[in-house]
Amino acid sequence: MAPTKQLLFDLAKTIRSKNAGVDLITFDVIFADRTSYERVRQSEVLSREAVCRIFGIASERIVEHVAFEPALAIKFTIRRLVPSGSPGDGDIFGSQQYGPLLEVEVPA
Amino acid sequence: MPVSIQHARSANRTLRIVCPNGHLGFAPIKKGSFEIGLGADPDLICADSGSCDIGPGPLGTDTSSSPLAWQTHDLEHMLLGARRLGVPMIVGSAGDTGTNSRVDLFVRVIQELARKHALPKFRLGWFHSEVPKSSIAAQMAAGETIAGLDGRAPLDAEALCATDRIVAVAGVHPFIALLEAGADVIIGGRSSDCAIFAAPAIRAGFPEALAYYYGKVLECASFCAEPYAGKESVLGEITMEDVKVTAMLPAQRCTVASVAGHAMYERRNPFFEHVLGGTLDMSACAYEQYDERTCRITGPRFVPAQELRVKLEGSGRIGERYVGMVGVRDPYTIANIDQVIAWARGQAREQYGESGYDLYYTVYGRDGVMGELEPLRDRPGHELCIVVQAVAPTKEMAEEVCMTGLRQMFYARLPQVKGTAGGVAFGLDEVLPASPAYRWTMNHTMRVADPMALFATGLTEAGV
Repeated sequence: MAPTKQLLFDLAKTIRSKNAGVDLITFDVIFADRTSYERVRQSEVLSREAVCRIFGIASERIVEHVAFEPALAIKFTIRRLVPSGSPGDGDIFGSQQYGPLLEVEVPA
Repeated sequence: MPVSIQHARSANRTLRIVCPNGHLGFAPIKKGSFEIGLGADPDLICADSGSCDIGPGPLGTDTSSSPLAWQTHDLEHMLLGARRLGVPMIVGSAGDTGTNSRVDLFVRVIQELARKHALPKFRLGWFHSEVPKSSIAAQMAAGETIAGLDGRAPLDAEALCATDRIVAVAGVHPFIALLEAGADVIIGGRSSDCAIFAAPAIRAGFPEALAYYYGKVLECASFCAEPYAGKESVLGEITMEDVKVTAMLPAQRCTVASVAGHAMYERRNPFFEHVLGGTLDMSACAYEQYDERTCRITGPRFVPAQELRVKLEGSGRIGERYVGMVGVRDPYTIANIDQVIAWARGQAREQYGESGYDLYYTVYGRDGVMGELEPLRDRPGHELCIVVQAVAPTKEMAEEVCMTGLRQMFYARLPQVKGTAGGVAFGLDEVLPASPAYRWTMNHTMRVADPMALFATGLTEAGV
């Protein structure tokens, strides 16, 4: 069968978001095997520029973007516009911000 | 593979800690794996009880987000286990926020539990972490910069003025001082999670780098194990060469993947952890599977700080708050929901003026969860729920502004709307009182000459 593009949902073991302190939200995309980790990392579908496109934010809002090899993970952290728990904040724990990542397409 | 560390200590010098809960009181300790942990010959029982995740409200109002019954439940299990084994027990960031009142509350709970169970007398140590605004103001007046973290500007007079309560985040120092003083049980104010575990290891002479890593891996209990399960115990062991961590729940394992994965959990990067006194550098950590349920970690480094800077957390009250909610089904209204909201805001402005209150509209079904980060905000669902929050100086005004901001959506004037008998649906035609609105006014650091300067310690007795 010819290789086809896949969704990040199918390739990653864990896709999550969470507060990292009161001013930041951090995203972890963790893979079960090195092949998937390398494939996604090299595809650049989660690069700094891609993350900006996915969430519609300027590059300055990404305060960290690292490949964390021991955990086979890609991790990035963005700055909130208002601190967690301020009135109007829809996600005090920052735990439901990862949704758009599930549908990221990874080329073959 | 070596024999599991659950059954046999490593041959060289070791210190073992059982951690039963990553946020004591927030959800109850699971007793089964904790009992297994108590049977694994621990030298201490330690847990963190704090978190910023609960938002700025509890720090501002000086309350806990956890029910007293659950806090007491967890403290009771830890205390009875520790006294039965005759080992120290340490809790940090008491009662979610680590304010003075939360420390005093936990001290009272420990004393009451000791009486209830007629425990033989033991020494109960505590320390406070609150910092008065006046002492920050004095530092600023003396020209000291209160530096912002995570992109925040340095603290100014306005932000300090808007702050109601401040806690400083302690390092290992007050814990070590209390252990030196002979405390059997320590209730800590706000403190770095990892310091709770690092303190006894550093006091026992283990290398700082391994000790801080030891704390880092244990602080969230079973979150460093897989499969995912909260509130289960883990057992840590530190030697002069390594750190090991073992899942105590039979169904869980500490694996290279789970432990390395935990190194990045709820932190901006997986490599550095800043504490009062220095930085733990995990970038050269090596992880290996030691036995079926144990991961072994080597290679962390610790870089002592050039100057001592203590982290400060501050919360300030914005006002009293009321909330209400409406639903919308008309597709035309959904497509023009921003105009409906603008209309309601305009009506509030007519009655209450431009300022002196705030109205917040959260549009569920469009971008209620992600707000400006939502890529699909131009594709709302066929129904919307809009939560309206009003914040004002008094409850009466917050209620009235909220009612205006909510009910005026019903009367919004859209040019081509077909339904002329009401623009929104009320599931509840009322507004409800909510907790007062607070915000994190401080996420800063301040220079200190002495790492104990802001943390007053005390020692008392409990038991009979």
